[in-house]
Amino acid sequence: MSNASMEALQPSLQPQPGAPDNWKRFFTFSTDHKVIGIQYIVTAFVFFLFAGLLAMVMRGELLTPEADLVDRTVYNGLFTMHGTLMLFMWTFPMLNGLANYLVPLMIGARDMAFPRLNAAAFWLVPVFGVILTASFFVPGGPSQSGWWAYPPVSLQNPTGNLINGQSLWILAVALSGISSIMGAVNIVTTIFRMRAPGMGWFKMPVFCWTVLAAQLIQLFGLPALTAGAVMLLFDLTVGTSFFNPELGGDPVLYQHFFWFYSHPAVYVIILPIFGVFSEIFPVYARKPLFGYPVVAVSSLVITGLSGIVWVHHMFASGTPGWMRMLFMFTTMTISIPTGIKVFAWVATVWGGKIRLNTPMLFALGGLIMWVFAGITGIMLASAPFDIHVNNTYFVVGHFHYVIYGAVVMGFYAAIYHWFPKMTGRMYYEGLGKLHFVLTFIGANLNFFPMHPAGLMGMPRRVASYDPEFAFWNVLASLGGFLLGVSTIPFLLNMLSSWARGPEAGDNPWRAIGLEWLVSSPPPHENFDEIPVVVSRPYGYGSDEPLIANASEKE
Amino acid sequence: MFYQRWFKQRWILVVIGLAIADTLLSIWIGQQSYRWLPPQASAESMLVDDLFCLMTTIGSLIFFGVVGTLIYSMIFQRAPKYDTSDGPPIEGNLKLEVIWTVVPSIVIVGVAFASYQTYDGMKILGDIGPKALGMATANAAPMTTEVVKTDPIEVRARQWAWEFYYPEQAVSSTELHLPVNQRANLKLSSEDVLHGFFVPAFRIKQDIIPGREIDFEFTPIREGRYRLRDSDYSGTYFAANQSVVVVESEADYQDWLAIAAAQSPTPAQNRAYREYQRSRQNPNGGGWATVEPAAPPVVNYASSDEESYE
Repeated sequence: MSNASMEALQPSLQPQPGAPDNWKRFFTFSTDHKVIGIQYIVTAFVFFLFAGLLAMVMRGELLTPEADLVDRTVYNGLFTMHGTLMLFMWTFPMLNGLANYLVPLMIGARDMAFPRLNAAAFWLVPVFGVILTASFFVPGGPSQSGWWAYPPVSLQNPTGNLINGQSLWILAVALSGISSIMGAVNIVTTIFRMRAPGMGWFKMPVFCWTVLAAQLIQLFGLPALTAGAVMLLFDLTVGTSFFNPELGGDPVLYQHFFWFYSHPAVYVIILPIFGVFSEIFPVYARKPLFGYPVVAVSSLVITGLSGIVWVHHMFASGTPGWMRMLFMFTTMTISIPTGIKVFAWVATVWGGKIRLNTPMLFALGGLIMWVFAGITGIMLASAPFDIHVNNTYFVVGHFHYVIYGAVVMGFYAAIYHWFPKMTGRMYYEGLGKLHFVLTFIGANLNFFPMHPAGLMGMPRRVASYDPEFAFWNVLASLGGFLLGVSTIPFLLNMLSSWARGPEAGDNPWRAIGLEWLVSSPPPHENFDEIPVVVSRPYGYGSDEPLIANASEKE
Repeated sequence: MFYQRWFKQRWILVVIGLAIADTLLSIWIGQQSYRWLPPQASAESMLVDDLFCLMTTIGSLIFFGVVGTLIYSMIFQRAPKYDTSDGPPIEGNLKLEVIWTVVPSIVIVGVAFASYQTYDGMKILGDIGPKALGMATANAAPMTTEVVKTDPIEVRARQWAWEFYYPEQAVSSTELHLPVNQRANLKLSSEDVLHGFFVPAFRIKQDIIPGREIDFEFTPIREGRYRLRDSDYSGTYFAANQSVVVVESEADYQDWLAIAAAQSPTPAQNRAYREYQRSRQNPNGGGWATVEPAAPPVVNYASSDEESYE
């Protein structure tokens, strides 16, 4: 597209608040990675709020043991769409947004390797978002088979229509896969080919390492999921029998296809958040990242191991004992590189000069919840114990400690940390801290009670339950509503700060990193002159300059 | 010099003291873990609970160690308000990094080994050896079984009812009766979609795969009525697909079989079917189209108080 005429009119193409006309750029096919990054993040956050609202209706239903607030079919549609939207419309696009915004700035590139591919990948997101949302309005409602879409339930089509919630669901997931592959090719190429001179692998910030590790998973994993989805679509629409047992198909085969991608997908989600933690702790503790090379490489170790653990989702499924034992051992090994990272973050914080700004609070809160999730994760890796809690609320609790406790908290940490860079404005610290307190209490109140409920034997995905689970469910519901409330100070803070927050300056945190050397918001194409990197990242406490041509920078 | 050494020693003592406190706290929490679980009604549950206690103890040790350290930093290592200086530029410590790689690796191998032992002791699918699940295989009797092996009880799952069939007596029932302290042998099958056979008090679970017959076994050790739940999501009335397992003495079990065999088959109560009929009478209930539930199972023995269980 031609930006020449706009460039002549405006000195900076980064949209500025107060200049209404250039807000339009966020609604156009922009190829600027920074615009695309914000497009991703804002779109994803809208769906986060929507899918969160679905969850709050579910928590309303679960306030009482009986299925009384919504019909059972509606409840089943709600949890299916909650899971699907949160994963495909919130976590993946949100993390792609962070990667899009930060990676080129952090490695000293002017843009992504393929700017148009980048924009095309983004614009698929609202397309499948609309398809998923529209599935609420087709006869029979949205998919009700859970976000795993296990056949044969996902092949049962009570409406008899070709266009139904399930087929739209598969279409949306397939499009999401295409978008993610396009994004992954772009990000991996960018990191391999476009690093600034001097930025060897071990001078690259850990966020870029983790994004690379995550996107490599997309490249090897998504083909399996896409193949499974296509076969499922054929079974559903044209009557093939890959997975349909009535016609000789094998429903367990689908589970292998699904989890071969969807377990690694959890690492696609968590790895960039490890990157965020690794960026934030050094800044607010004023110390270098402890054991940087090991932390960086352990991301790739996690990538490798993530490909050989998927059967732990199937410990109670149609799997023989030897397979359960084999995957139990592989799954447990993944805790070692993860543990190394946790200890490295603790050692980074230890003995530092700590500032508990909002980003640091969210990162520390996220780390604490992650440690809890990691421990329940090792428990779940143990096949004999997993057999008891498999498909119970214990798993739901564990998963939400990962995905809300670590990922959403990490996302908030990242947004507060880079908000001044993205907008040139400073957020309001008081509102940020209020947001943290509400989120931390709400998340623990919502997700901790799921563990005892699961240990007692409450299955996941139930619209009604036995009265003995009521106590924990009431607590969880209160936490869920509190989480809904917690987004209010965040939205208020972001909107008002972006519009009229105080000027932030280029580097309000005195952080070290290429992204903090450019103006806030960064100019189009980021760097007038590509910097030459001479030091490792995280040089806190030492006086060595990060780049060679520092004197020439403004 | 003296003060420095004294200070250093005191620091070590404090750390050792905290480590001991963490250990004691973790052991206490581990002991509590038994109380978070349903009653131990099967031999398998005792194995699983011991394993859970072990993992809870180790997990607590790690959690309080890591989080305690972080919270200490957050409270006592804050930068003074106008102090803009940096902390010490420590980039790593090889010895420390080796320790926190090797020690957790050993712990993990230990937990994995304990888990293997536990699973091997449960033998819910027979021996661990590589055999294809659900295929016709000669089933070696586990060592724990002392009685003569009978034909397995057939567990038939469907949307949304449980039916249990005792082939030797030709008895069908909507609740599962088992004699106490005997190895229970079940044959799990599904007529439509995935279901899950889950009895929390037994700590056992097995997905039921349509198109396969899965041999499943365990040993109930405590008399009582226990909840049986469908654990693998099976569609609209999934949550309502529950039943009861009755564990009773051998004599009571035989009596029950005789009584049931004498009764002629009648349709049982079925919650999914009942709810579905009610929703058809009231089409404005706000629901979407659903798979129609199967008719209530016609059985010799229909459970009368499905909601009573421990």
